[in-house]
Amino acid sequence: MLLLKLFFAFIQVGLFSVGGGYAAIPLIQEQIVNIHRLMTLEEFSDLITVAEMTPGPISINSATFVGMRIAGVPGVLLCTIGCIIPSFCICLTLAHFYYKYRTVSGVQVVLGAMRPAVVALITSAGASILMLGLFQAEIYDVVISDIRVVELGIFAAALFLLRKFKVSAITIILGSGAAGTIIYALMGAI
Amino acid sequence: MKKDYDKLWTLFKSMFVLSACTFGGGFVIVSLMKKKYVEELKWLEEDEMLDVTAITQSAPGPLPVNASVIIGYRIAGVAGSLTAVLGTILPPMIIISIISLFYEQFRTNRYIAAALQVMRAGVAAVIFDVAINLAGNVLKTRRMLYIIMMFTAFIAAYLLDVSAMLVILTCLGIGLADLAVSLRKKRGVTV
Repeated sequence: MLLLKLFFAFIQVGLFSVGGGYAAIPLIQEQIVNIHRLMTLEEFSDLITVAEMTPGPISINSATFVGMRIAGVPGVLLCTIGCIIPSFCICLTLAHFYYKYRTVSGVQVVLGAMRPAVVALITSAGASILMLGLFQAEIYDVVISDIRVVELGIFAAALFLLRKFKVSAITIILGSGAAGTIIYALMGAI
Repeated sequence: MKKDYDKLWTLFKSMFVLSACTFGGGFVIVSLMKKKYVEELKWLEEDEMLDVTAITQSAPGPLPVNASVIIGYRIAGVAGSLTAVLGTILPPMIIISIISLFYEQFRTNRYIAAALQVMRAGVAAVIFDVAINLAGNVLKTRRMLYIIMMFTAFIAAYLLDVSAMLVILTCLGIGLADLAVSLRKKRGVTV
């Protein structure tokens, strides 16, 4: 019964979390903390911290975390499947229509107008992460003198390696984490 | 048949690796997918990848899962969708299942905290690398409307904190208006 409750709670999370990761947080809180009381608010905030520190979408992370704590591996499977069923059905339908009609010239005109927006959104996400990396702050809270030199050096080196030598993105991401940790450890800052 | 399995296996493997290494939000994985599927494997065209991103952003649910469904469908139909989604959700499921057992130690580990902080610089570099190429291609269209839309959308999303979905829906509206104008022009010429 509890498992079913979890399953339907996460179907709702998956169905109503429109607009990416952080939009899902209040929904998950509503379902898990407020309605079903499967977790305390404190456990929930731990969950958000851990979800931010690990790869993967926040709703999948929280579905797994809640499922594991409440019902072990079957809980993990049920919560995660519940969470992705709505997007799976909706996106499959959208994909079907997209590939059926995308060569129609009218559809091309409309899609063409959305592409510059996507480029802008990707750049905006990059800028936010860069500010967090360099200043540990959002753009409006940046204090120039707080700049973190190690991160700036790693960013510059990484961008150079990507553009000049086409080093793979995965190597860059993992390598920057490793290099930075070693540098900070050598500086005695950890 | 053998080739189909090979393709599905490549799809699964690449989604698994991308998902396991994606720290940060949905647009990080989109940048990585663009590098992998457009530049490296040449399975998708660049415009297609941007369309897929716009669609995933306007549908409910986690962006990486949505993108996997559509890319998987493109590569190998419904079986491709299932394969791609499985590759995307397994890494977070495995990692979080393990961490949930001792998350207190994980959360307070200073080395992990330091690595995650510095990793942001690397992630930002990857996104900028992709963004430079994409923005260059928008400039190359030499269409004033698109160039202005790109800069306005950036200001709206980054400086004014307008939600990604609203930005995309607004551009959808502009696209429909653009279509109406071009249809009217065409009719004017033929009549």
